[in-house]
Amino acid sequence: MTLHLAVALAGDSFAAGDWIDQVRRADEAGLDLVTFDDTFGRRGPDAVQVAARVAPLTRHVGLVPVATTTHTEPFHLSTALATLDWVSRGRAGWQVRVSTDPAEAALLGRRGPLAADELIAEAGDVIEVVRRLWDSWEDDAIIKDVATGRYIDRAKLHYIDFEGPHFTVKGPSIVPRPPQGRPVVAALAHGPRVWDSLDADVFFVTPADADDAARKVRAIAPEKKVFADITVGGHVPADAATFDGTPAQLADLIQNWWTVSGVDGFRLRVTDVADVTDVLVPELRRRGLFQPSEHTTLRERLGLPVAVNRYAARSEEASVA
Amino acid sequence: MPKQIILAAHFPGVNNTTVWSDPRAGSQIDFGSFEYLAKTAERGLFDFFFLAEGLRLREQRGLIHDLDVVGRPDTITVLTALAAVTEHLGLAGTLNATWHEPYELARQLATLDHLSGGRAAWNVVTSPGAFFGENFRRGGFLDHADRYVRAEEFIATARTLWDTDGGEFAIRNSQFDIRGRFGVPRSPQGRPVILQAGDSDGGRELAAKHSDAIFSRHHQIDDARRFYRDVKDRLAKYGRAEDSLKIIPGVSYVLGDSDADAQEKAHHIRRQQVSPQTAILLLEQLWNTDLSGYDAEGPLPDIDPVLDEDDTIIKGRAGMYPDRLATAAEWRARAEAKSLSIRDLIIEVTGRQNFIGTPARVAEQLDEYVQTDACDGFILVSHLTPAGLDDFVEQVVPLLQDRGVFRTEYAAGTLRGNLGLS
Repeated sequence: MTLHLAVALAGDSFAAGDWIDQVRRADEAGLDLVTFDDTFGRRGPDAVQVAARVAPLTRHVGLVPVATTTHTEPFHLSTALATLDWVSRGRAGWQVRVSTDPAEAALLGRRGPLAADELIAEAGDVIEVVRRLWDSWEDDAIIKDVATGRYIDRAKLHYIDFEGPHFTVKGPSIVPRPPQGRPVVAALAHGPRVWDSLDADVFFVTPADADDAARKVRAIAPEKKVFADITVGGHVPADAATFDGTPAQLADLIQNWWTVSGVDGFRLRVTDVADVTDVLVPELRRRGLFQPSEHTTLRERLGLPVAVNRYAARSEEASVA
Repeated sequence: MPKQIILAAHFPGVNNTTVWSDPRAGSQIDFGSFEYLAKTAERGLFDFFFLAEGLRLREQRGLIHDLDVVGRPDTITVLTALAAVTEHLGLAGTLNATWHEPYELARQLATLDHLSGGRAAWNVVTSPGAFFGENFRRGGFLDHADRYVRAEEFIATARTLWDTDGGEFAIRNSQFDIRGRFGVPRSPQGRPVILQAGDSDGGRELAAKHSDAIFSRHHQIDDARRFYRDVKDRLAKYGRAEDSLKIIPGVSYVLGDSDADAQEKAHHIRRQQVSPQTAILLLEQLWNTDLSGYDAEGPLPDIDPVLDEDDTIIKGRAGMYPDRLATAAEWRARAEAKSLSIRDLIIEVTGRQNFIGTPARVAEQLDEYVQTDACDGFILVSHLTPAGLDDFVEQVVPLLQDRGVFRTEYAAGTLRGNLGLS
């Protein structure tokens, strides 16, 4: 049993080299995933693209950009993330975010402000649509059958026909089912409003201490992976606990929280990945707490089950009946 | 110094020019295929790589079209990933002005330009119609007549955003009402290269006003020269110089050891591109009705095409036949005169092979097109993924270099610079 380790990057650099340097360090240290922060209107590059830019230059680390459901088309979100999974060969994730900020809405000019609860409910619909689109191609849909002249077996492509209060999406996706089947969906969750509403695979929670972490783990469905966020350095005002001290002290804190609370891992919010990889990671490995995974896909690294295609399962039932 | 030829590599797309049935055909979705073609193009010192966009899978007879390649990646995500495995190659993609929003798309293109060191290009298209709209929040909202209005206001809006250097903007026009802080500082190219494919009068005017290059459909040399002259003559009224807008038709080529060998290969490729099933399907696109009962090796139907342009048999593709009856009459006459089967006829009339011959002949013809102002360069559409350009890069590029009409190294740091644009 090893804890999972992630870093959260919130940089605003437009220089590809800065991102490559940071993510390569995470990759070489065997971290499980890197998240890339983003909001519309901030100074900074598009996070999905930053993840795509570093994908061909890394081999192991999961790449989890923030993408907001409030304004971006669900269809575009689904195809962009599926493509990130293709270019990273199975290492894509997605940190879901909603936007209540009227200034962000004004950048797009398509919607007025909505209440947070409604936006979270809508994000739930977007997650559903994005996943249905990922499943809308069965894994063996491409047949290249020269005798009949068919490239695909169209019976293995599926309309998703989603209808919700805010949008409808017909499908199928334009992108064949990505390597992970369903890339990992994550969300930052300060409380039950998020973890009870969103069907994410991973929640980043913000405990104040080990006991609070334990309470949060108990409150969240057991099949979810729970990462505790800790801000390292403490220079920025943060919603998460901040840590300021030596790497050995941080290892002590991680060891204590992990033992007491049963979280699956930690996401360290850093300004420089080297602050984690140079000393902390070797220290955690020395203590036998962290062992880099041998797996190549992010789902496997996190111990998530194989993503069974809902439509393929249905076709099999139909053929049995 | 003679005119320098622009060359671009089109990733083989979702129509029947892409031969998936060949044993050498590789994956249409694995990143390795994109990387292979991009690196081949860069080895050949090409100006840019080009990728089209998918918004909904094509349908025919109300069913998902299954005879051609189906499926492709998200354009901007793949282009950004390709920036990691190339250094000089421009990265161009189609992104539809109807189904994207200016703030988001301008931010993505500017991000691509930053993360690639100044290599981003955008092929602007619009599409009306509820068919694509079924995959998007707003549905089919764009009136056909408004598509150039939308395109023009979209481009103008994006340019305003790029010019803010990351700062404040407030834009209000008939399509958009947006304001705030753009957040992306000026990118290496200032603005990404803008390509456009529209061919109507409105499309040409839009290109003359805003575009850096036109992805043209005019292949026959006389027709191409007329198009070239027409578009270039429109530039003066926008205060633009003739060489500020490049005309680049999409073309195919087939190389052989002799001209006869190349012709034979070309015929083989055409038969691969038009299977019996594909022949019937392509015929249906003109006839606009179900012809699945016909034999591809037999004669053309004696019934007339169905003239209902609101309910066409094919969805997700632009209309190709303005006068169905006239085209059908022409095809029948041709088939009768030469005793052609449906498949033979379709092979003839939908042929898109433009340059066939030895490498020397193809190099000579390409050069003639450019030097006589039929175009400024070519977007090469190969039929095989991903190795379809290997022979061109190995055999034709050196001959173009020998003629002094193609670069021997990348001269500029940005795509705009390599294209000779300011």
